[in-house]
Amino acid sequence: METFLQQTLNGLVSGSIYALVALGYTMVYGILGLINFAHGELVMIGALVALQTVTLLNAAVPGLHPVILLLAGVAVAVPVCMAVGYLIERIGYRRLRNAPRLAPLITAIGVSFLLQTLAMIIWGREFHVFPQLVSTTPMQPMDGVVVSPLQIFTIVVAFALMGGLMLLVNKSRLGRAMRATAENHRVAGLMGINANGVIAATFIIGSGLAALAGVLFASNYAIAHYAMGFTPGLKAFTAAVLGGIGNLPGAMVGGLVLGLVESFGAGYIEHLTFGFLNSSYQDIFAFMILGAVLIFRPSGLLGERVADRA
Amino acid sequence: MTTTSSALPLPASFAFDRRVQRPLVILLALAAPLIALAMGKSWVRVLDFALLYVLLAIGLNLVVGFAGLLDLGYIAFYAVGAYTWAFLASPHFGIHLPFWIVLPLGAAFAALAGIALGFPTLRLRGDYLAIVTLGFGEIIRIFMNNLNQPINITNGPQGIDSIDPLTIAGLDLSRDLDLFGFQISSLLLYYYAFLACVVFAIILVRRLQISRIGRAWAAIRDDELAAKAIGIDTRMMKLLAFALGATFGGVSGGLFAAFQGFVSPESFSLMESIVVLTMIVLGGMGNLAGVIVGAIMLTALPELLRHFAVPMQMALFGKTLLDPEVLRMLLLSLAMIVMMLVRPAGLLPARTRYAHRDRRNA
Repeated sequence: METFLQQTLNGLVSGSIYALVALGYTMVYGILGLINFAHGELVMIGALVALQTVTLLNAAVPGLHPVILLLAGVAVAVPVCMAVGYLIERIGYRRLRNAPRLAPLITAIGVSFLLQTLAMIIWGREFHVFPQLVSTTPMQPMDGVVVSPLQIFTIVVAFALMGGLMLLVNKSRLGRAMRATAENHRVAGLMGINANGVIAATFIIGSGLAALAGVLFASNYAIAHYAMGFTPGLKAFTAAVLGGIGNLPGAMVGGLVLGLVESFGAGYIEHLTFGFLNSSYQDIFAFMILGAVLIFRPSGLLGERVADRA
Repeated sequence: MTTTSSALPLPASFAFDRRVQRPLVILLALAAPLIALAMGKSWVRVLDFALLYVLLAIGLNLVVGFAGLLDLGYIAFYAVGAYTWAFLASPHFGIHLPFWIVLPLGAAFAALAGIALGFPTLRLRGDYLAIVTLGFGEIIRIFMNNLNQPINITNGPQGIDSIDPLTIAGLDLSRDLDLFGFQISSLLLYYYAFLACVVFAIILVRRLQISRIGRAWAAIRDDELAAKAIGIDTRMMKLLAFALGATFGGVSGGLFAAFQGFVSPESFSLMESIVVLTMIVLGGMGNLAGVIVGAIMLTALPELLRHFAVPMQMALFGKTLLDPEVLRMLLLSLAMIVMMLVRPAGLLPARTRYAHRDRRNA
């Protein structure tokens, strides 16, 4: 029972981060029908820019409160990621909107590797220690279950952001424009919506969320690295597909479910396979889920069967 | 906008007479290693690897260029071929089978892996397929990395070494051949062995392209629904594309293991899949000549960078700002982006008759 609760908690923490990243994939897919392969790299850029800011600020003004450092890191990382996200859309994808399907996808892969290489040039190949700005001192609410303030913080921030995004999409003018553009961007244009602006806004919002997810991710694993965005990016994509790509609540549910499955899978895989496979196989769960969902229920958990956009 | 650039005619100087072109290419292919030898042995090695990549690129081109299925896990088949060779011809399990058993077996296993991957993904559209194949490649790599316990199968991240070289009719290609007093380098022997494989592959693929199967693939690539409507068994044809493409990967992988004498999971990372994909994107998806040119260009690139970019940076800045490996990744990723934006059909575009023009699918 304790293991169960502990794994649930761990799953919720990583799941809420996946959900934040998955939202970016699903928003872009909903509007453009494009898998923004480079989205995972924004997680990495967010983490590394925040780390850089914190390091510089700490060196310039020693003894600042960790919360101020964290806020400063986020305050720089989010706009930087937003700018990068905008540039990706403007330079890489906009011209290819009517191109054959493979073209934007290959561009996206290229952008992803370009960002990784640039990060490698700027920050080097080594792993950087990400400072613990929120306490990780474990607390024990009950026997055998350990939770840290950082974990609670992660879950709370992620849920607050998701709530904010839902409000934005469902209640605001921009949100309505986004939904209209997703429906059909030519017709939305005829209704006086600036479709290009809305698409750019979608990329910017998604990138901002990715930056925050990056900071949370790096805080939880206490590490930042030029290639750190790839795996969470892939898993978040899986989460988006699992929930029904293009569907916002789906991305959140998908993220949480994926986090839980992974956490339980890693916890129990040794028993399930009689010791043949161990927790170093954790990463294959995401791919297996992805495969299974795409084969058996391509529309995802919450997705309705939308018309084939192919 | 894509159609205009794909229809771009080549500059007249390139399109010289086919009767001149063919013997010239053959002569170049035969003489290349000798010229390279004069420049140093390391260049012959580069050529050997270039031929392995050509084989890979030809195989991936079957899947991506001909059938229009974007496969990002292609390197997994290369890995299957390489590990098959490593298992069956090395001291690791103490099995030493000859190449004419190991190579076909590797190809067969790779083809099976291709079918195993193709079967569940048949219904998936382009971009989903890309991600699932990517996941497949990663799963294979994770297994290679971790299957050293509880039973040691792959020897984990350390990989398997002292793999048997390619031995044809008693001739060990890893040793220099002493022919009437002339020393023929092992690298040259491998070159011509690989060249034979590549030539065979080219002939096979050219025949395939104009066959019923090749035309069916082109139809599926251009419009799957229409292809189905005219009676093409799209399931069968896609599976065939996966299996055949994988076979090339498997053969190439086996040759790689024999040539290198060592395999480890590191050689089969996602980056390698991307590199092979860039080769065909750069050269021209669907066009055999383009794919070959792309493969050779990108294999030579790191060597060229090492020889020219490093001294140039030293001269300009007094130190190496970007090491060749980083520079290579930078150029590869830029090549993918720029090619898609500026010249999506590649340097040597496929014939426009078969060109990819499904604007409706956008």
